[in-house]
Amino acid sequence: MTADMFWTLASGVPWTIGLTAVSLLIGVLLGIPLCALRMSRILALNLAAQAVILTLRAIPPIVWLFFIFFGLGSSVIELSPFQAGAVGLGLITAANMAEIYRGAMTAIHPGQWEAAHALGFTTWHRFADVIAPQLFRVALPTAAGYAIGLLKDTAIASTIGVAEVAFQASHVSQRSFRGLDVYAFAGLLYILLSLPIAWAARWADLHLRARVAR
Amino acid sequence: MTDLLDFWIEHLPSLLDGLWVSLAVTGASLAFGIPLGLVLALAVQGKSKILRSLAITVVEVGRGAPALILLQFVYFGLPNAGLALDSFPSAVIALAWCTGAYTSEIIRAGLEAVPHGQREAATAIGLTGLDALRFVVLPQALRVSVPALLGFAILMLQASSLCFAIALPELVSQAYLIGSTTFRYMAILVLAGLLYAAICIPATIAVAALERRLGKHA
Repeated sequence: MTADMFWTLASGVPWTIGLTAVSLLIGVLLGIPLCALRMSRILALNLAAQAVILTLRAIPPIVWLFFIFFGLGSSVIELSPFQAGAVGLGLITAANMAEIYRGAMTAIHPGQWEAAHALGFTTWHRFADVIAPQLFRVALPTAAGYAIGLLKDTAIASTIGVAEVAFQASHVSQRSFRGLDVYAFAGLLYILLSLPIAWAARWADLHLRARVAR
Repeated sequence: MTDLLDFWIEHLPSLLDGLWVSLAVTGASLAFGIPLGLVLALAVQGKSKILRSLAITVVEVGRGAPALILLQFVYFGLPNAGLALDSFPSAVIALAWCTGAYTSEIIRAGLEAVPHGQREAATAIGLTGLDALRFVVLPQALRVSVPALLGFAILMLQASSLCFAIALPELVSQAYLIGSTTFRYMAILVLAGLLYAAICIPATIAVAALERRLGKHA
């Protein structure tokens, strides 16, 4: 590993972090309505949400990214590699977050709904002031685990040309014929990047977990 | 519409060839990876300090580095160390590593779910450590792990799509090749997606049903 190779690989880090952050944001937000639809009592909405979630999760990310970048890109709407990567990974994240929220919902004590109801809260306030704050606390550890998985999944965006770590690694290794140390370092870089997420999640969990009613 | 169907019918055979390669890679990776996961799970819990730290390193690297990087490390990296492999064995080594790392955690959870009294009882009736493991602990631990292992197998089929990056002619590579020669990326990728969905959706539903059924008696 020369210093030059090191800096080329490191130049991919902001792209990896950026793509992870944007996809996570899309997923965290879009997951909320998707989860609401999935738990809807109207059968048609419920089934439609289930179908969307299953489809997003059943098809490998690389197929989604190719579909958005090459498929939609060649005929419908042209996106930059980063945009295509963010849309694809964001949608997959939304499906997974919807399932994570749904799982967390079961951990919330039914008495919380009843109490909010008894206090005369409107549906919106019941959700926004009572349920959602607890829901996010319960969902946090699972969501953090998923975020680490997502960080690693952004490597897939190298196949559509996002200039992130895996992309730089294959670039450098092709130029230098030193795949062994280049890829070993790239792998290490991903492990190092995932450590702060794990620490932050553990810290947040310790401090927020106390405030969930049982 | 008939145009699309004609296109699909024309190219379905080569996609099915690719799907066959995907399934073969997945199967081989699981066949090597799950026993590796069992060995790693036992080593992580074992008494030997050297074995334990070695196993933890293998598991943490396998889980911490993206599968794509593992694949490229084996295929493009190992030749530097004098080990040049074809794309199929490279894919199996990398994905088996990944499988071993993840399944070791699944199996470890299963081992921990076996009540301690089972081991004590096995010792009390005079079974050796190995026999206790083989006849008492493992059958129970693996039964607990089955739904999670099946769920992981579905993820592995999806992960096999990453072998595109090391020029293995699996489903995504075939679709991409057809797309780049006909410029009909959308049509061929939809068909590829449908093939994945046709396997993964029923499998996901079946695993969820199995999990519910096993959960009932837990």
